[in-house]
Amino acid sequence: MTDMTDQSIVPGTRPDLPPPVTESGVIGWLRHNLFSSWWDSLLTLSAIYIVYLIVPPFISWAFVNADWQFLPSVISGEKAPEFSDCTSGGACWIFVRARFGQFFYGFYPDAERWRVNLVLVMLVASIYGLLSERIKNKKPIAWFFFAVFPLLAFFLLYGGIGLPVVPTQQWGGFMLTLTLAGIGIVFSLPIGILLALGRRSQLPIVHLLCVLFIEFARGVPLITILFMANVMLPLFLPQGVEFNILLRVLIGVTLFASAYMAEVIRGGLQALPKGQYEGAMAMGLGYWAMMRLIIMPQALRVAIPGIVNNFISLTQDTTLVAIVGLYDFLNIVRAGSRDSNWIGTEIEGYVFCAFVYWIFCFAMSRYSMRIERKLQTGHKR
Amino acid sequence: MSTQAQANPSGADLAISDEVMIGLTGVNKWYGQFHVLKDIDLTVLKGERIVICGPSGSGKSTLIRCINRLEEHQRGRIVVDGIELTHDLKNIEKVRREVGMVFQHFNLFPHLTVLDNLTLAPIWVKKVPKKEAEEVAMHYLKRVKIPEQAGKFPGQLSGGQQQRVAIARSLCMSPKVMLFDEPTSALDPEMIKEVLDVMIELARSGMTMICVTHEMGFARTVANRVIFMDKGEIIEQNEPEEFFNNPKSDRTKLFLSQILHH
Ligand SMILES: Nc1ncnc2c1ncn2[C@@H]1O[C@H](COP(=O)(O)OP(=O)(O)O)[C@@H](O)[C@H]1O
Ligand SMILES: [Mg+2]
Repeated sequence: MTDMTDQSIVPGTRPDLPPPVTESGVIGWLRHNLFSSWWDSLLTLSAIYIVYLIVPPFISWAFVNADWQFLPSVISGEKAPEFSDCTSGGACWIFVRARFGQFFYGFYPDAERWRVNLVLVMLVASIYGLLSERIKNKKPIAWFFFAVFPLLAFFLLYGGIGLPVVPTQQWGGFMLTLTLAGIGIVFSLPIGILLALGRRSQLPIVHLLCVLFIEFARGVPLITILFMANVMLPLFLPQGVEFNILLRVLIGVTLFASAYMAEVIRGGLQALPKGQYEGAMAMGLGYWAMMRLIIMPQALRVAIPGIVNNFISLTQDTTLVAIVGLYDFLNIVRAGSRDSNWIGTEIEGYVFCAFVYWIFCFAMSRYSMRIERKLQTGHKR
Repeated sequence: MSTQAQANPSGADLAISDEVMIGLTGVNKWYGQFHVLKDIDLTVLKGERIVICGPSGSGKSTLIRCINRLEEHQRGRIVVDGIELTHDLKNIEKVRREVGMVFQHFNLFPHLTVLDNLTLAPIWVKKVPKKEAEEVAMHYLKRVKIPEQAGKFPGQLSGGQQQRVAIARSLCMSPKVMLFDEPTSALDPEMIKEVLDVMIELARSGMTMICVTHEMGFARTVANRVIFMDKGEIIEQNEPEEFFNNPKSDRTKLFLSQILHH
């Protein structure tokens, strides 16, 4: 729309000439991408102005003017840290430092926190082992992660056989969020796969049940499911049987996420040509072998963006458990900033929370983009 | 209409036993109201090579897909190597293990390498140890003349190479029968020959074959019977020379004039 220069040459007639100066280099890029019309220019300038309004004050609040250090009297143990220790007018990060243990471990007893750390180290190490391209033989790691680790983690976190029991009421903070998201992710994928297969099944009963379940779970907000898990599940149990609230919530969250997972995977299944099924059947593969070896590996690849999207939503949805009285990461940070010593630190709390959630979700999203790129170059149809 | 022609000028060296490999009696199939297969009777002896031709939509694919139960027939009997195809899943899988199929669009598994495409069914269906399965796979890749492509993915091969991989993949299961559904009609002309050569070589080795194809040269070279189908019926069958030089029914004549003149 803008290029009225170089009138002397009819565009397209002299492809041998270098591009005009205004089309290449930094100026060309700017003209092309930011100022290609008066409307684009207006948008560009407004965007710059908005960034100018927000970013410098935020940086000065969060970094330049922020309080990071405990007072000497706090370090020497004379007094407890509190909001009034922060005097520079910026963010009061002392709050996060002072409360960090609780944010991370909830009400888990100090003496037992090493157990959480150990679980976390095993978790990070096995995820690294599973995802790293440098490690070739992943079979033992996968076995450990999917068969041994869940039991070991439960034993360590909950206790028993010599370790003191830490009831789930004391779990909280980041560790609870990670538990909820982790279990939700690990279980919703296989359940979602089964639901997706069931929805495409030839057996009318299986098909009907899966459709009913999926459409029910997708049609009801998670909060409702959490309330129901809290109130209704006990109704189906014999009187007097105590059913752990964390377990109830976990079941609710997992089933909810499974329904969404099923739909994403169904999309992946539909993208496969019929010939893949016929090729597999003609070789004599049975239904399950065909699904496991031929169909699912391809359908899941197609569905990776949607699956990771679901993982991210699930991680964020775990914050809703606050409603049934659990102190997940967000809830415990909120509770911390309501403490009488820390009134006024709500913004710091939310910014810190947002930052931590963002790191996790952003990492997942980047990782999924990497796999997608890798698969695109790996093979083509 | 001659039945099982025992002698074939060009394939006279190929022995045909008198054992029945596949028997279809009174087979009927409908898609909803549409009658695709009408009273099909067909006996295929061990070692026979049959070419099926006919206009598009005449039911050729449906017929051979009934033989490995990719389609279900509604009336009549289909017996493959003594096993009758019924709703019994065990029998269906048994038959599929003995019947190889090559498709128009290859249907290779794009997420697996060529070698893995070939070893998958032997390992998971026949429980052959991996090492042995790979040796067998390399043997058949040599036979279809592309052993050097073993590590590639199907998407990296030409159409002709992919179809040869597909043939090798079926052969790895050591099938007793091979079904071909227009194996060359999705290929560029210059690749047709390399696939036909592999099929001719396979015929010479004594494999029982049913090929849906319009490659008349192939039919003359290896078939000992050519079947003409139209509107779900077998109209005419004869040994190739008779079939091409002296077609009996008007519909066959019309069809032959159409495919030979274009
Ligand atoms: N799954 C199906 N549902 C309904 N009609 C079908 C289906 N498959 C094939 N047909 C019809 O059956 C007829 C025979 O098909 P097909 O066996 O593929 O013919 P050919 O292979 O001889 O071209 C065609 O008219 C086709 O439209
Ligand atoms: Mg066809």
